Amino acid sequence: MAVAKTLAEKVWDAHVVRKGEGEGANAQPDLLFIDLHLVHEVTSPQAFEGLRLAGRKLRRPDLTIATEDHNTPTLDIHKPIADLTSRTQIQTLRNNCAEFGVRLHSLGDAEQGIVHVVGPQLGLTQPGMTVVCGDSHTSTHGAFGALAMGIGTSEVEHVMATQTLSLKPFKTMAINVEGTLRPGVTAKDIILAVIAKIGTGGGQGYVLEYRGSAIRALSMDARMTICNMSIEAGARAGLVAPDQITYDYMNGRPHAPQGAEWDAAVEYWNTLRTDDDATFDVEVHLDADTLEPFVTWGTNPGQGVSLSAKVPSPEDFGDENAKAAAERALQYMGLAAGTPMKEIRVDTVFLGSCTNSRMEDLRAAADIIRGRQKDPNIRMLVVPGSARVRLEAEAEGLDKVFKDFGAEWRFAGCSMCLGMNPDQLEVGERCASTSNRNFEGRQGKGGRTHLVSPVVAAATAIRGTLSSPSDLDPAPESAAIRTDAA
Amino acid sequence: MEKFTTHTGIGVPLRQSNVDTDQIIPAVYLKRITRTGFEDALFSAWRKDPAFILNQAPFSAGSVLVAGPDFGTGSSREHAVWALKDYGFKTVLSSRFADIFRGNSGKQGLLAAELAQDDIELIWKELENAPGTEVTVDLVSKTVICGSIVAPFEIDDYTRWRLLEGLDDIGLTLQHEEDITAFEATRPAFMPTTLPARLS
Repeated sequence: MAVAKTLAEKVWDAHVVRKGEGEGANAQPDLLFIDLHLVHEVTSPQAFEGLRLAGRKLRRPDLTIATEDHNTPTLDIHKPIADLTSRTQIQTLRNNCAEFGVRLHSLGDAEQGIVHVVGPQLGLTQPGMTVVCGDSHTSTHGAFGALAMGIGTSEVEHVMATQTLSLKPFKTMAINVEGTLRPGVTAKDIILAVIAKIGTGGGQGYVLEYRGSAIRALSMDARMTICNMSIEAGARAGLVAPDQITYDYMNGRPHAPQGAEWDAAVEYWNTLRTDDDATFDVEVHLDADTLEPFVTWGTNPGQGVSLSAKVPSPEDFGDENAKAAAERALQYMGLAAGTPMKEIRVDTVFLGSCTNSRMEDLRAAADIIRGRQKDPNIRMLVVPGSARVRLEAEAEGLDKVFKDFGAEWRFAGCSMCLGMNPDQLEVGERCASTSNRNFEGRQGKGGRTHLVSPVVAAATAIRGTLSSPSDLDPAPESAAIRTDAA
Repeated sequence: MEKFTTHTGIGVPLRQSNVDTDQIIPAVYLKRITRTGFEDALFSAWRKDPAFILNQAPFSAGSVLVAGPDFGTGSSREHAVWALKDYGFKTVLSSRFADIFRGNSGKQGLLAAELAQDDIELIWKELENAPGTEVTVDLVSKTVICGSIVAPFEIDDYTRWRLLEGLDDIGLTLQHEEDITAFEATRPAFMPTTLPARLS
């Protein structure tokens, strides 16, 4: 009788090249094989340079893929990139990929886009794999039941040279989300509520497994939204066991297995679930039935409340550090304690990022705004996650919905999530953003970020203040704001 | 990698929790393609404020950063570690580090020492009462000394050993290249490769 294991432990054990010696806290790390290495322009140049200086080869170009996303402009993509340092960094990636034989999807290519949108879309992210990238939101790929995590540039170089990573075993945490989401409540609200509950450090040292009926009901796009923000709870990785929804998403994608290999793969994937008698180190529970749209008020993703609540007071926090952090956050955000969140007026709405830039996100927002008027004082940027998403959205006419509404329809990339390209907030500018981080200055120096779901972003663009779809008059049909897999 | 055994230098009290890597180094500095020269980028937004601790002598010459809990959260950017090192920091003390930051530090010879929050508070008070006080961080005995305070710190044994010996990770792994090759031979055929490229 085999020892009962969690999903994360199964994937881990299937990739151990060499077990670290020793036991417990003094154990050496295990050496794990890496199935897929995703590369982008920001965290790779120093790693390629390291290989070159040491005279090393890239061991497995056939398990490596690169794209351009962080620096790329979302306007005028056919012109040379105006910012010289951005242009140099992207040119460096192109040179490095050519030199080391890495497949690259460059700006202008139909498969270019945010690295975490591109991998799944091509069918390269599959259940049971180990996936890494020099980007903390690599946790996104956990939605397929893969063990996926962000790594630093030294580790990028290590994977390039050896196709392995030295890793200390994680502890495991179950995030059980039971019940049924109400209309207008989405995967984004689940993960924001989880982070507010366990804190930005709550997941440190853990792999999270999202479980329960509310998770099982979610589409792959929605599961990716949840796993994406595992890192905001401090966890390097978060995953969901694969199921029929996963297989239906995978089937027919360019790199999905075919024929007999598909059958072999499904047989294996069916074993990728936590055994009934396995135990997690920690279990957390969240009730989906009572969950409301969630929004952040502060400068870390754990500083969030229900949209119907008020801006909290530093006095609400018992812990001295949390109190000081809240005080500082309110000052930076220009907010007074006690203000209803729904009275907060925003300047910009950003729909995009590796958290919420997939087809389902664009459709959900489009369903809210269709036939309505944008608040004239708001600028709204819609940035599809990949060139492929942009094409698909245009085929469905979503670009027209956004343009008619008065939003800007842009080309794919990370864009205003972190403002490495020209898409940035001005000092003091307030943004309702579907991205993942509300850190000080993240979207532009002095910019103020409220993290929201795509449907809240859309409702906010209509009303001008932070709003949920249920605040709209007339209310949207519930079918129009469905977020489940139905 | 440079060996780390013990370091003594001016302590800098940074009374703040959740110092994310976007604060340590804003994204605008990530466009560079070099691994050094990031000293100007460290805490660049905060350094515009004259009251910020690194703008005050003697803290500006500090090499031991004493920070609040959840240091290094957020983005995986190793540039955060490079910027701290380029500025002159040899070690960061905190009661809790983000996992990726901690890993990146270990690869670059920056010691991330985990102390009890009570000890961090004592050290903060000491450094604020007597600015310029030197802090000794001894990796051999896993001890921090600051004035009359003697506090133990935690670090995993493997990282400690690598720091003490100044070992290069890739070199260590390549000693086991045969194991990697053997593993590769067992990889199931249904698992994808990126090459040859298949497109939609």
